[in-house]
Amino acid sequence: MRIGWFYPIALLLVLGGAFATKHVDSNFVFYAGYVVLQFIVLATAWNILGGFTGYVNFGTAAFFAVGAYTTIALNKALGLPLLAIMPIAGIIAGLIGLAAGYFTLRLKGVFFSIATLALAVVLETAVANWGYVGGASGSYVIPPAEVPFFDNYIEGLFSLMLLLAVVAVGIARYIALSKIGRGFAAIRDDEVAAECMGVPTLRLKLIATTLSGALMGIAGAPYPFYVTYVEPTSAFSLTYAVNSIAMPLIGGTTTWFGPVIGAVLLGSLQQWATVTISSELNLLIVGVTLVAFVVLAPQGLVGLARKLFGRGGRTP
Amino acid sequence: MNQPPVLDVVGVVKRFGGFTALDGINLTVAPSERLGLIGPNGSGKTTLISCISGSLIADDGQVRFQGQDITKLTPHRRTGLGIGRSFQIPRPFGSMTVAENVAIPLEYVGQGSRKEIASEARDILGLMRLDHLADTDARALNQIELRKLELARAMACHPKLLISDEAMAGLSGNEVDEILEILLAVNQRGVAIIMIEHIMRAVMGFSERIVVLDAGKKIADGAPEEIMRNPDVERAYLGE
Repeated sequence: MRIGWFYPIALLLVLGGAFATKHVDSNFVFYAGYVVLQFIVLATAWNILGGFTGYVNFGTAAFFAVGAYTTIALNKALGLPLLAIMPIAGIIAGLIGLAAGYFTLRLKGVFFSIATLALAVVLETAVANWGYVGGASGSYVIPPAEVPFFDNYIEGLFSLMLLLAVVAVGIARYIALSKIGRGFAAIRDDEVAAECMGVPTLRLKLIATTLSGALMGIAGAPYPFYVTYVEPTSAFSLTYAVNSIAMPLIGGTTTWFGPVIGAVLLGSLQQWATVTISSELNLLIVGVTLVAFVVLAPQGLVGLARKLFGRGGRTP
Repeated sequence: MNQPPVLDVVGVVKRFGGFTALDGINLTVAPSERLGLIGPNGSGKTTLISCISGSLIADDGQVRFQGQDITKLTPHRRTGLGIGRSFQIPRPFGSMTVAENVAIPLEYVGQGSRKEIASEARDILGLMRLDHLADTDARALNQIELRKLELARAMACHPKLLISDEAMAGLSGNEVDEILEILLAVNQRGVAIIMIEHIMRAVMGFSERIVVLDAGKKIADGAPEEIMRNPDVERAYLGE
């Protein structure tokens, strides 16, 4: 079997990250890096549905928060450690993705997007009224004092998110290069034609919503340990929805690496701006960049590069 | 026609609100038969083939394909059984090349390896005289190339019945002849064809049998010469 270049590089990245935790002293690098990596997972997860099949999901925050609140609930109820909670968070968020997909995928275009936005609002209201996880006033999570192998908790979380990002990108890449991915692309281009060409469109779309939701949920699971205090407004923040749409759009939605490029660029820019200018500037940066790309490079950086270096187009 | 029909439509009714688009249509197609489906605009031709291919579900009646009841099946299942269709307005997968467009149905309907799929895609494009455009983006094609791509994708579904929905509308005389030649070549491979067409020269020359719809009813069914002489058909087209 051909192994290709992707898996060795992915392994090197994870090992390199773990190695870095031993040799970089500044915790800021890991705090900031965690956020960028988290956005790589969210952008990649969003892109599996939004970029590959063309269904724009405005509810990223809902799935992310489902993951976060799964952690809070299970940590409080059973005292489960994060690593045990993450797969459960993925399953719950995946099932919500499946159910949401089943009920909303009949809606096309902007109507689907509005339905996903509504899902986020409904879930936020539900959580804000659920006393056990802190309701509207929020809830504290106390990270364990010691983590095996790592010197402190943030290094462990950083490495965990790095692993997750690599796995998420690996899944997206596997899909993009597989029969499922080609079916997704057919749905994005023309769903009616795809169905008539033998593509089981409903089943494929449900695979996309389930997988996308599950990855977002898993990305949200470590969040309570990262911030240690979670309340609905921050867990359901529009920032997640906006960023996870903007990043793939900036990078390019039709490929698996587009969202990675977008997340690294936009995520780093925001982290830099938070420290140097102001933390309130974040969404403005996202907004301006997004508008600039929609106007100047609607196919994202990947599309721009392809245009400049001429792939496709008509060869007479 | 002693062989069992490949397609058997029995009393199909389709309503949109209070409007009855199809009012109890009966229709059979024999294996490798060439059937022309004609009728004035709004007579229900496209609705009928949508009920056959699955993009619409009949409100009443039955659609049987090779003896199997397919009235309620989803379109992709029907495609898998052997019903291919081309769209009146071409619906290419715009982000893909011509060869990739054809590979989608080959991959989802057939079971071949990537290599077999690529070689079969080349065969089909050859049959459609599109092989020189295999690596061109589908959105860069012109009208006749798009029509051929529609037929190529339909062929890639390995159909036993091909429904060609106005594949020639708006094309020039030479181009119409080219599409006709392609469809005859497809038919020679044993594929039954339902042709919906307004170009009388094409549909009369091509079809072994013609079915005429008017206002959701079948008003004539017979050989082309009979249909041309049928007073009901003349009335439907030209009025009293």
